[in-house]
Amino acid sequence: MRNTSSFLLFLFFLVMVAIPGFSQSSEPAEMADTMRSNGKIYVVIAVILTILGGLILYLVRLDKKISRLEKSDR
Amino acid sequence: MNKSWWKILCVVLLVYTVVAGLLLPVPALRQLQETIRNLYFHVCMWFAMMILFTVSLVHSIKYLRSLDLRQDIKAQHNASTGVLLGLLGYATGAIWASYTWADPNNPAYASFGSIVREPKLIGAAMALLIYFAYFVLRSSITDIDKKARVSAVYNIFAYAMLFPSIWIIPRLLPSLHPGQEGNPALNFNDIDARMRLVFYPGVIGWTLLGVWITTIKIRLHLHTEKKWLNA
Repeated sequence: MRNTSSFLLFLFFLVMVAIPGFSQSSEPAEMADTMRSNGKIYVVIAVILTILGGLILYLVRLDKKISRLEKSDR
Repeated sequence: MNKSWWKILCVVLLVYTVVAGLLLPVPALRQLQETIRNLYFHVCMWFAMMILFTVSLVHSIKYLRSLDLRQDIKAQHNASTGVLLGLLGYATGAIWASYTWADPNNPAYASFGSIVREPKLIGAAMALLIYFAYFVLRSSITDIDKKARVSAVYNIFAYAMLFPSIWIIPRLLPSLHPGQEGNPALNFNDIDARMRLVFYPGVIGWTLLGVWITTIKIRLHLHTEKKWLNA
């Protein structure tokens, strides 16, 4: 149950990151949002944070799995 | 999951390192340009490696004092995560160097040979190879107690070899690697105050990530070997 909710939270994060990309066609070019400013460095940050988030999620799940194993010992 | 404050701290610090590391202003240097931001990632790998190797050494000494196999398992996994971080540091350094050291106006730098002759690279490769040998040694001895004892002694030797190979010899020879006259990134005269704001949290964050991975490996190993250890 908790795994599903953390996964949904992660998906929500991804969608939040992607939303500014859809708004491009309806808005004039001068209204460019954060993700398109500063040479699009924020896109790089989003990519790195996604990778970091994925890796940490993986670690957290491994950690949980091992905790379950340890609990079954006792 | 073992909930610990330091795991949360690790995530917070790493997110901070990435965001602040890419956004905060850095000194504009001709040769490095934006690549100076690699300091927050490349150098942190080596710091974390050094810390994990030190922890591994402590566990090896503890093993030799107590002959408790748990200490040997801890020493082994700290060293293996340290080697992983060292390889990452080496790979990131290779990428960084190939875009900043290769000066098209200097024919000597353009060749692969001059980079191969870098004392810092040779020293780091030596140090990592010595640690590879630690794992070869471990897997070549089948007797558990003998394996633990021999590899604990070897681990102390490997740690001692880190000092000449990555700290001393590269400083005695000419090198393109920065930080020749002191400790790279720790010297207060050559690191900008703005960069220290991200660099120190980065070191702590990456080290904690290494520790986290290590604790997971140790717990799994202790779990699989519990019949041996509790006997």
